[in-house]
Amino acid sequence: MALDIVRADSVGQAASMLAGDDGARFLAGGTFLVRAMTAGDVSIRKVVLSDGLGLDRIALGDTIEIGSAVTMAQVQAEPGLGFLHPVAESIGGPAVRSMATVGGNLFARSPYGDFAVALLALGASVVSEGADSEASQDLEAFLSEGPKRGRIVRAVRFAAPAEGAFRYRKITRKHPHGASVLSIAALLPVSGGKVSGARVAYGAMAPRPMRAKAVEAALEGTPLDAAAIAAAAAAAAEGTAPEDDPQASAWYRRAVLPVHLGRLLSGEES
Amino acid sequence: MAKLPLIFTVNGTEQAEFVDGDALLVDVLRDKLGMTGTRVGCGQGTCGACTILIDGAPALSCLTLAVSANGKDVTTVEGLAMGGTLHALQTAFADGFATQCGFCTSGMLVAAKALLDRNPDPDRDAVVDAISGNICRCTGYEPIINAILAAAADLRSAKSA
Repeated sequence: MALDIVRADSVGQAASMLAGDDGARFLAGGTFLVRAMTAGDVSIRKVVLSDGLGLDRIALGDTIEIGSAVTMAQVQAEPGLGFLHPVAESIGGPAVRSMATVGGNLFARSPYGDFAVALLALGASVVSEGADSEASQDLEAFLSEGPKRGRIVRAVRFAAPAEGAFRYRKITRKHPHGASVLSIAALLPVSGGKVSGARVAYGAMAPRPMRAKAVEAALEGTPLDAAAIAAAAAAAAEGTAPEDDPQASAWYRRAVLPVHLGRLLSGEES
Repeated sequence: MAKLPLIFTVNGTEQAEFVDGDALLVDVLRDKLGMTGTRVGCGQGTCGACTILIDGAPALSCLTLAVSANGKDVTTVEGLAMGGTLHALQTAFADGFATQCGFCTSGMLVAAKALLDRNPDPDRDAVVDAISGNICRCTGYEPIINAILAAAADLRSAKSA
């Protein structure tokens, strides 16, 4: 199999290299793309390399921007992203973490994509660049509509969460790290003793990371007490469409989801 | 399709090769450079047998296109020993029966080196995390974890001596 390797001078140029070519792919960490090639995906005929395009930067502040080529290891090494350390650390072993990127994670299918689950709970938007234009799209829309040919994800952007407002837990069969039975991320800002602006997202409970809107509604305006947690747990499986895979059956995922959601909301140790 | 130049450093020696675009780094190391210490297990990034260091960070050579290593500094398991002297990790693995069939050993050693280069005094959880991407079907992991902790202690005492 012949594979054409090309380098671009800019993200815009890389986007135009991808735009007119169905066989072209943008290579970030390679943990999905190279694996697909090895597994026999002959539709990949050209690879546009992402290194040297400045996509590996992190900008901190009230708004946080993480470049699409930032690796899980870079996230782990950034003290200003402490709330995301448990997320990055839950993905693969150290070798995968030094390769796998934030941008690549947005394209992962169940049971992968835990970083995208966290970003969904954080209300992130996806900044992408085409041959001549930059655009920002809500991550939820990005995940449901799918990527657009000829556009490259530059970064993800979100408001820095209030101290302690972000929670995450990932359930695996293999310890300490493995693919998700399921993962849950929640943003639970509290204002005047009540939850205000709850966002909850799941991984491996649908083909792509999804929001748990019934759970968000059950938590909104409550003091996050036992009654609210029980109501959230009762609504936990609403809208989910998990798959059977070697980690767990769809039945099992639905059965244990309310338990793990309850533990996350009550602040129980993992 | 034309071959592509690949110039990189492997275990301190500069290497220059012409490779196909789809050549994997592990295949270049094994088949072109004859360094067969790095293993191909699953070919999917799951087993860790192909773990090497790229610019000091652990990476999976079965999921790395060879051209991506251009200009980089690669360390394989062959780069651990100094001449005829084994690395403390290799000695500890041998002494602690941390290797059985041996297939995972190269990846385990390199993953452990990545940890000790960064953290000379790891606790048990840090060691478990460091090898969490490496699968061993023989040992049950305990002898490997103990060997890495023993090697860390040896290296620290050698440094303070």
